[in-house]
Parts: sequence; C-alpha cells; structure tokens
Amino acid sequence: MTKDPVCGMEVTSPSQFFVEKNGEKYEFCSESCKTKFINEPEKYLVKPKEKQAATYSITSNGKEKIDIPIVGIHCSSCIPTIESEIKKLPGINFASINIATEKAHIEFSNSEVKTGDIISAIKKAGYQTGHATMSLGIVGMHDASSISQIEEGLKRTSGVLSASVDLATGSVIIKYIPGLVDLNKIKNEIKKLGYDTFDTSGVKSDKPEDSKTGNVEVDENQAAREKEYKTLMRKFIFAAVLALPVIFFSYPTVWNLPEQFQMGSETLRLIWVAMSILSLPVMFWSGAQFYKGAWAGLKNRSANMNTLVATGISAAWLYSFVATYFPGVFPSAELADQFFDVIFVVVALVILGMALEIRAKGKSSEAIKKLMGLQAKTARVLRDGNEVDLPVEEVVLDDIIIVRPGEKIPVDGVVVEGSSSIDESMITGEAIPTEKNVNDEVIGSTINKTGSFKFKATKVGKDTTLSQIIKLVEQAQSSKAPIQKIVDKVSGYFVPGVIIIAILTFVVWYVFGPSPTLVYALITFVTVLVIACPCALGIATPISLMVGVGKGAENGILIRSGDALETAQKLNTIVLDKTGTITEGKPSLTDVITANGFTEEDVLMLSASVEKSSEHPLAEAIVNGAKDKSIELKDAQNFNAIPGYGVDAEIDGRSVLLGNIKMMKKFQIDLGLLEKESTQLADDGKTPMFVAIDNKAAGIIAVADIVKEDSVEAIIQLKKLGLEVVMITGDNTRTANAIAKQVGVDRVFAEVLPEDKALNVQKLQNEGKIVAMVGDGINDAPALAQADIGLAIGTGTDVAIEASDITLIKGSLKGVVLAIQLSKATMKNIKQNLFGAFFYNGLGLPIAAGVFYPFFGLLLSPLLAGAAMAFSSVTVVTNANRLRKFKPKF
Amino acid sequence: MAIDQIIVIIVGVGLSVLVAWYFWFSEKKGVKIQSSDTGVQEAVIKVKGGYTPDVLIFEAGKPIKLNFIREETAACSEEVIFSDLGKKATLTPFKTIPVELKIDKPGEYNFQCGMGMLHGKLIIE
Repeated sequence: MTKDPVCGMEVTSPSQFFVEKNGEKYEFCSESCKTKFINEPEKYLVKPKEKQAATYSITSNGKEKIDIPIVGIHCSSCIPTIESEIKKLPGINFASINIATEKAHIEFSNSEVKTGDIISAIKKAGYQTGHATMSLGIVGMHDASSISQIEEGLKRTSGVLSASVDLATGSVIIKYIPGLVDLNKIKNEIKKLGYDTFDTSGVKSDKPEDSKTGNVEVDENQAAREKEYKTLMRKFIFAAVLALPVIFFSYPTVWNLPEQFQMGSETLRLIWVAMSILSLPVMFWSGAQFYKGAWAGLKNRSANMNTLVATGISAAWLYSFVATYFPGVFPSAELADQFFDVIFVVVALVILGMALEIRAKGKSSEAIKKLMGLQAKTARVLRDGNEVDLPVEEVVLDDIIIVRPGEKIPVDGVVVEGSSSIDESMITGEAIPTEKNVNDEVIGSTINKTGSFKFKATKVGKDTTLSQIIKLVEQAQSSKAPIQKIVDKVSGYFVPGVIIIAILTFVVWYVFGPSPTLVYALITFVTVLVIACPCALGIATPISLMVGVGKGAENGILIRSGDALETAQKLNTIVLDKTGTITEGKPSLTDVITANGFTEEDVLMLSASVEKSSEHPLAEAIVNGAKDKSIELKDAQNFNAIPGYGVDAEIDGRSVLLGNIKMMKKFQIDLGLLEKESTQLADDGKTPMFVAIDNKAAGIIAVADIVKEDSVEAIIQLKKLGLEVVMITGDNTRTANAIAKQVGVDRVFAEVLPEDKALNVQKLQNEGKIVAMVGDGINDAPALAQADIGLAIGTGTDVAIEASDITLIKGSLKGVVLAIQLSKATMKNIKQNLFGAFFYNGLGLPIAAGVFYPFFGLLLSPLLAGAAMAFSSVTVVTNANRLRKFKPKF
Repeated sequence: MAIDQIIVIIVGVGLSVLVAWYFWFSEKKGVKIQSSDTGVQEAVIKVKGGYTPDVLIFEAGKPIKLNFIREETAACSEEVIFSDLGKKATLTPFKTIPVELKIDKPGEYNFQCGMGMLHGKLIIE
C-alpha cells in the first residue's frame, strides 16, 4: 500500500496510475489525481520535514500566498468542506488543501481578507489550525489608545491570529502561527509602534490566571516569601534584644535587685521612661503589621489575629504609660505598675511564630512547586529540515521533536523513530523506567534515559498531562473538605467572640476579683486577647489537605477534592472492574496442549500462521505468543473464516482447523481426551481453541486475559484495610469465578452489561454501603460517577478522569491501596490539627480568663500566653508537614 | 457595689454589644460591578489586611475578572481561595493577579485567604 500524494488515499501498489519523477515513483488512485500531479508536481512534493512550518510569501502581482497547517484531517472527503468555507471569504484567489502535508494552501489579497479570517473559516469547517500563544510584556502602555494601537498593529502582521493587551499585567497575549512569524519579528513590530518589550513568564496559555504555572511567578512568590521571612526575623531580633533588659528590670523582686531598682525608686521610674520610649519602635515597627492588619480589618468590619494582638498590646501600653507618667491617677501606689515587658515579649514571640510558619508553609506547598518545576523549558524541534531549539510554548501539534539521552521530553507525543527507556517516575510514581518504541506514547516532563528518538507532539500547552495534573492538584488543594465547614462556622464568630470574652473577663475581675482588681483585670484582659489563636484554627484543614493532595500527586494519585479525600477514608466496599483493572485488559497465550503425537511447536506455529491473517483480538494473542517463543510463522493459503465456528487454512499443503467445539464437530474431528481438558481450561477462566491438523485433533491453544502482576497483593491489602472487595465483569459466571478465585475476591457480579454497572454499584449502596468503584474505560464512567468514590485507573480517558474522584496515572491496583492509605493518613492529620486547634483555644481561653483561679489559684502570665499563641500555629503547620513523610505501606 | 464597679459593668457590657453589632450584625454593603464594552465584569480588589471591596455584586452568566492587588507582604493573604468554585490564586505582592470566573448560577460565593482569616463574597444576581 502507498499513499496518493494528491488526495491522500491509500492506493494498492503497484497502481495503474503512476509517474516517475526524480528517480522516485509516485502512485495515484485515479487519472485525475495523476493529471493534477503532472500539472503541479511541486505542490504535492512537499518533503515531510517541512510539514508543520507554515510558509508565507508575496507574489510579484501583489497577491499573498500562505500555507496554514491544519490539525486532524483524516479523510479526503473533508477537504471540500474546508475549501468551500475558505472560498466563501472575499479576496480569496485560490484555496486548496493537501492531505499529505496537512496544510491549506491559500492565495489571497491582503487588502480584502486577513489571515485571521481564514483561520476562522477553517475553524468554522470544524478544524483546528496549528497555532501557538505567547505573552510579551510591554513597557509604557498606559491607556486605551495604546491598547488599540498595539492590538491593531499586531493583527496586521501576517501570521498573527489575535493579539489582546492586558493592561493589568502590562502584557500582550498573541496567538500566532509558528513558522509564519516568530518572537523576534513580533518584538520588532511592537518596537516599530514605539514600545519596548520584555519577556514575561514563559508558560502563558489562553487564561491569564494559568500564568501562575510559570516558573517565573513561582520564583517571584518564593522570593517574596523569603523576603518577608527575613524582614520578620529582623523585627523579631530587634524586639527580642530589647525584651531582655526590659524583663530584667520589670521583675526587680524576682532577681533580688538592689534597693534603687525596686518599686517606687527614682531610678526605676527613669528606666520605665526609657522602656516607654523603646516600646514605640517595637510596637510600630516590629509590630507594625498588627496595627495595619487590625485597621484594615476594622474598615472591612472583620476582625482577625491582628485585631487581637493590637488591642492587647495597646491596652498594656496605655496602662503602663499612665503608670509611668501619671502614677498619681491611681488610688493606691501598688496599682501604678508597668507592663512594658508584655509588649516586647508578645510582639517578639508572635513575630517569630509568623516567621517560622512561613518557613514551614513553604515546605507544605513543595509538591506543586515540584510539579511546576518539571516543565521543560525548550524543545528541539525539526523545522524546515533543521533542528531548532524553541521555547516549549512554541511547540505546536504534530511537531517532530528530537530527544537525546538525559534530556527532558518537552510535551506529550507518540514516538515515530528510535527507542529508549524513559523515567516516568515524576508523573506515574513508577520507579522502574519504561521501555518505549515506535508508536508508544511519551509524557511531557519525563526524562529520557538511554536512547535517542523522535516523537510527534500530540498534546501541547495546557493540554499536556503535566498541565492537567497541575490544574487538578490546584483545584483539589483549593477545595474544602466537608469537615472544614464546622471550622468556617466557628471562625466567623471567633475573633469578635474573643474580644467580647476579654471585655467580660475584665469586668468580672474588676468587680469580683482580688485586690489590686485593676491590675488583675488588665492582665487577664490582655492574656485572653493574646492567647487566642484563630490562625491555628484557620489553617488546620487546608494545610493538611495541601500536603496530602501534593503527596498524592508525587505518587501518581490525583485526588480531585477534599470531599473525595474525606469520603475515601470512610469506604467499606470496593468494586473492581475485571478487565483492565484486575487483569491486563488484553488476552495473551497461556496454554498449548498437544495430542496424537503433534509437538507443541508444530501446533503453535501452524495455528499462529493461520491466525496471522485474522483480525480477531484472540488471534493477536496467539501470534504474539508464538513470536515470544521465537517461532517463525508461515503464510497461509485458502484462508477461510466461518463466523461462530473458527477458521481454516492451508499451510505448506497441510490443512489446519482452528476453532471451537462446534467447528470440530462440523468437520467430524475426534477430540478424545481433549474435550475434557478444554472444560478444565474454561473453568480456569481461559478461552480454549481446538486445533486439528490434516483432519486429526492436534491439541488445544488457550488464551486468557491474565491477571496483572500485583493485583493479588493489592487485593489482600484492600481487605486488610477492612474493605469488602467486589468484582464486576461482563464475562460469563464461570470465567468470572475463576478469576475471582485466583485473586481472592469473595463477591462477584458477572454477566453485567456495561450500561448496568452503575446499577450494580447502586445496589451495593442500597445495602447501606459506602462504595468505591475502580475502572478504566469510558464505559465505566457512569459507574464511576454513581459510586461514592470513583477511581479511574491507568492514564485513563478524559471522560473517565472527569467522572472520577481519584485518578491513578499508573495502571496498577496498588495505587488504589495507596490512595486509600493516603486519604486515611491525611484525614487523620486534619483531625489531629483540628483537635489541637480547638483543644488549645478551648483550654487556653478559660485559663487565660482566670476561670480556674478561684479553685487552683491558676492564672497565666501574658508572656506565656504570647509564647503559646506563637507556637500553636507553627505546631499545626509542622504536624501537617509530617504527612510529607508518608510512605506507601507496601 | 461601688460606683466605679457599676461604671465598669455598664461600659463593659456596652462595648461587648458594640463589638457584636459591628462585626456580626451590621449590614455590609456590596459593590455592584458594571460590565465593560467587551462584556467582561471587571473589578479591582485591594488586598491589605482584608479585601477592599469585600462584597461584590455581579450578573450571572457573564465573564468576571477580578484583579487582585496585594499591597502587603504579610503571608496571611498570600493565597486567595474560591472554594465553592475550586479556584485558587497565589497573589504576588504588589502585582496585579487576575482571576477569571464565569458563574451561571445566582447565589453567594465566598472567597477567603489561605488561613481563613480574610473573607469576601461574590453575590451573583
């Protein structure tokens, strides 16, 4: 078979229509194609290496010519549709589509029609053109007039499909046809309009918010975090250093200081004055964010941690200020005490807590940063026969990309030449490199280990597996676990509630407390404000969710939402689809049984040679089985398929029959003991086929969809997790039971039609069970959606991923075990955090308010309260980070 | 009971009522966002200790673009999360970070910072 270069049809070689040119023979489907070729051979003789690069030229008579790559033309019958859509446009002189090069060749007059219109026409016909998107920063763009100037100017540039300026980011997003125009040309064009450009974040897709997947932005956020950490540490050190002498002089009795430093002395009063002055930079520089945050919150009628700390230290300062400068205001001298130490210590500790939290949080989001960092930056693409290094976002569909050993694969694609072993661990979690040959799929951002190969890009930009994973992970991390709803309810009332508690504490201590009542009232007021930690409550769930979901992604498990995570640990029943989930999903040769003196090799060779001509999936298994045993196959003559029975053919003059028992009876073959053997094989879940050579029974060949290597182990683990394991399959009960016995499944739903799978899941749910469904195919989608948790296994189809709650990139059932273990670990972590946060606040607040004072004399110093508060949220983050050490338990 | 104690009780209870009213019961005013010529409903939200404005009113079914400008480096507001919509954005300080949404179903959609301390609301009519 060969391809007609004009219309792209498959032509049986040798064809009666052919032309010899440049020593090559071109064959055609018809006389008309041949004539077309003879008239304009250069039009059809485009070398494949030129395939994707669009070309563009202006002819002498002022007409423009353009070649636009079109994605996904498969049949010659679609060509007229596209051509007629293009020809509907004004100013088109010529339009023709070449299926071999997958390009539209168009001649048009630039004054009447724009490239963009042509692209829209192609789109209207239902096809995509190969295009890329880039984002460029523009300097000095301020108003609407410069926007339209730049947009219009760029749209006039040939090869640019669209340009849209985003004033907010000061950049322009340009869709263009690579090959027709490139980065430099566009930059020049913008320069001509009077603006300077700068490169913005690399990965820029249609939606601006996706720009955060760009490494540049990530680094910028990291840098901002780092800067904030350093600033906080400086503020902490400043406050902490000053806090030491302040504490020293605040407790003269504790340190047994000489008389002149004791209460009431003139020296001490001077020291107090110094403290009151030093406390100002501590409050308004070190503690500036408390005041800023409190003020901003107040304007929005919302209160937060800053409100609490700001109110607390302000109250302490005011009291101390009066005690220092106007001690006479107080009715008794003992009331005129200062609490400057509280300001220094609380500010220092809370700031330290915030700094440590930033550090810890940076680690929590490591997983997604790692994923983003996986993206390759450049690709070596074959364009116009040359290898060119392009930014990865300029790679378009169907580009041929060259990958050398040790390099990163830039986008998703299919190998077209060469072979290699590829480390896919970053995407699938599978540690062992995978062998890839021609026609195998490769995933972008995985690493090529040994060989060199070329592959064709099938998914680029935000469609790549990696981009999809990042999107899914981000979505999941921003989702809410249902358990969070309690927290949300509480946190809305929390801070104002604490302020009210603090006020009431003050009142109660003032009215009913021991003397000096004012001092006690103030101390308890400040302590209540300072000890409450709304942050610990706020981050308890999201931070664990973030770490858990990220950890999943590292292991090839994509958890869609917090909801999925929470449900996954409540499961008690798991339904496994048989084909493709427990088993490999395609049959392979399992047994060869011989009779009447025939050898195994003979039986296999002859039946495989017969099946070579058949297209049945079972035939493929037999042929592959023979090839695995290095058996050479022969050509069959007089091949004849009898539907419902089997096949017969002649090989080297020997007649071979291959089929079921009906076939054997039809040809009156005496099967002898073979019939019993076949029943045994069928009981084991295999499909036996009888072989007869020269009308004598020769043996049985059995194929079966074999069980995946680790299915048995995974099912044992699932049972250990306390799950009832159910198998669901369309196979007959006998085969189904055989497989179930082999892998240790107790309950089987056999002979289930694909459309009834969801119904069976529902049946289990009606028994009051919380059901997970594991499946791989499109026809599992309804069942995946029906189940409480749908797990799509294997790279899976988009439909299955869409319908599922958890997606396993790797095809092994082990992933299911891991996913459930991880969900349990994450939920446990969330609960620990929530318990910790509630317990801390629930116990801390009453102690601070002095509830236990009448009974045990227990009262907390505001200094201790500040320390407790600072470290409670650090503890929560640190606990969440423990999840990062989660290791699969088998 | 001494006069100062009575004053403290009255002032204390009064303050508590004021706090409760101010943060819980006072009506928050929403800002109604008009759509531009291109049909996009675009709003700028300043992030500094809170979201300004924090209650925004949009029309259903039309694209929404929220431009967040985080005018502080405090880590609390680093992330903005639309958990009802499954969206999240990391706000780089002093840069405009756009978040694009399209909500078809009228109702109230909350957004908040990563720690749940700052709150905002989109009202879709």
